[in-house]
Amino acid sequence: MARYLVGRLVYSVLVVLGVVVIVFAIMRLTGDPAALLLPLGFTQDDLQRVRHEMDLDQPVPVQLARYLRRAMGGNFGQSLRYHDSAIRLVLERAPATLWLTAGAMAVMGLVAVPLGVLAASRRDSPLDAAASAVALTGQAMPTFWFGIILILIFGLRLGWLPTSGSGTIWHLVMPSITLGAFSAGLTTRLVRSSLLEVLSQQYVRTARSKGLAERVVIVKHALRNAAIPVVTIVGLQLGTLLGGAIVTETVFGYPGMARLAVEAVFYRDFPVVQAFVVITAVVMVSINLLVDVCYVILDPRITYT
Amino acid sequence: MRQPPRHRTRLRLRSFRRSWKALTGSAILLLIVLAVVFAPRLAPYGPLEQHIVDRLRPPVFAGGSSQYLLGTDPVGRDVLSRIIFGSRVSVAVGLSAVLIGGSLGLTLGMLSGYYGAAADMIIMRIADLQLAIPFLVLAIAVITVLKPGLLSIVLVLGLSSWVTYARVARAQVLTVRKRDFVEAARALGGSESRVLLRHLLPNVIAPVIVVATLEIGRMILAEAALSYLGLGIQPPAPTWGGITADGRDYLGTAWWISTLPGVAILLTVVAINFVGDWLRDVLDPTVTL
Repeated sequence: MARYLVGRLVYSVLVVLGVVVIVFAIMRLTGDPAALLLPLGFTQDDLQRVRHEMDLDQPVPVQLARYLRRAMGGNFGQSLRYHDSAIRLVLERAPATLWLTAGAMAVMGLVAVPLGVLAASRRDSPLDAAASAVALTGQAMPTFWFGIILILIFGLRLGWLPTSGSGTIWHLVMPSITLGAFSAGLTTRLVRSSLLEVLSQQYVRTARSKGLAERVVIVKHALRNAAIPVVTIVGLQLGTLLGGAIVTETVFGYPGMARLAVEAVFYRDFPVVQAFVVITAVVMVSINLLVDVCYVILDPRITYT
Repeated sequence: MRQPPRHRTRLRLRSFRRSWKALTGSAILLLIVLAVVFAPRLAPYGPLEQHIVDRLRPPVFAGGSSQYLLGTDPVGRDVLSRIIFGSRVSVAVGLSAVLIGGSLGLTLGMLSGYYGAAADMIIMRIADLQLAIPFLVLAIAVITVLKPGLLSIVLVLGLSSWVTYARVARAQVLTVRKRDFVEAARALGGSESRVLLRHLLPNVIAPVIVVATLEIGRMILAEAALSYLGLGIQPPAPTWGGITADGRDYLGTAWWISTLPGVAILLTVVAINFVGDWLRDVLDPTVTL
């Protein structure tokens, strides 16, 4: 177990380094990466200075090595817009985004688990059909559109919830629902199919033939085993959620790191964008590591040696 | 084993419902194809035509006149016409991104599954890397460097979506490559490209087509999101995401600008998913997505 975890940890670090290499490559998609790190209207002198700072006068492997070394120290340069450390700007805004993502995960769990369980336990009933209609709509709605609809109804018409900003728990409600909708739809379908598969197994029949109530069979016997593929999906959905946060934060004027990054694109503030990409990758890799640990807790049969 | 009769009727009911889904889905898709092909004839106005006197007119079902069926936007452009023309961008981006991502993923996945060993390891490690950067996050990084526009959107979406196809293709190759007919083809001296193309590809293609169908919807959603953010196809070109963004500052007074294009997106993606689900049931019931 310990060896497995150490191995996974090392691999995770390698993945993050790989992401840094990708960012390095993206910067070179256009001719001159130095121009990316300068505000518009730069002079030739500025260009020469940045070229030297970025080691562009060195061979590419040397450039990459030095870039990696700076990245490992968290140095992604200065924001062109805020004249402050890019990584610090992103990290300051990261907790807001993580709260939003956590809120969306909560929405996902609160919708998908009960809905999926109901649909599976009353298979082919009108309730099952309704659940799959809800799930399908959730998966087909554009995130920004659902956010706008919520703003129109609960913000403007009813006036129940704030339409933008952050600070209180109420500010998180609409953004979390908006962001969680797509994943909730997908997960509902998954909980349903995963539970249906478990329910058809021998030991569930045994539990039923013992005369246990259906509720006990589902909650105590089936759900735990159905949880494993669902946990996998939660890990995979994280990427969808972090990507969706870009849209959600913009719709709701929510001050997270994703909105910072979108604004940075308009200013061509590449240092901030690259810090954002790397921080996102770090979050992704860490949560997926956590998911792997969760498997072991959920399923004692899985052992790693 | 004898099936209880109740179960059989239920099965028949289910397959009926499936075809109902497929029928609705293909009917909606047909309408969209018509909109794409005949946009200039179907749309009452040009997508960029401004009627500044008639700005912010409500749709006909909300007290407007039949002159502008779905109302007008802040500069007096007909929302219906813009939505009809917007279908072109969505469909073009959806199809070309899937074509790029699908062929890349299919190729890499098959190579990975067939050759195994080092090739497999390298390709799957790159897939892990790709998955560590969410789709839209990568798009943002690339668009900062390149200019936003049709070409960069299609490239970003296409190149970053190959992993799903690759995994499906790889898994499929792994299940068939040890089967007798593949061994036989090889024993008869078939070249590797012949084995891959003539014997493996036909067995791999069905699940990849299922995935590709469903991915078209995801690509359309992604393009709409990017255009909404202002990072996609640039205004004044009509895109479903872009029209939504045009109405952002008028939510309280002119709700139709920002809400109606989303209905078009929703319908399109639902239709695609209907058809995709049906294709999966017919072609390959083992793929779960």
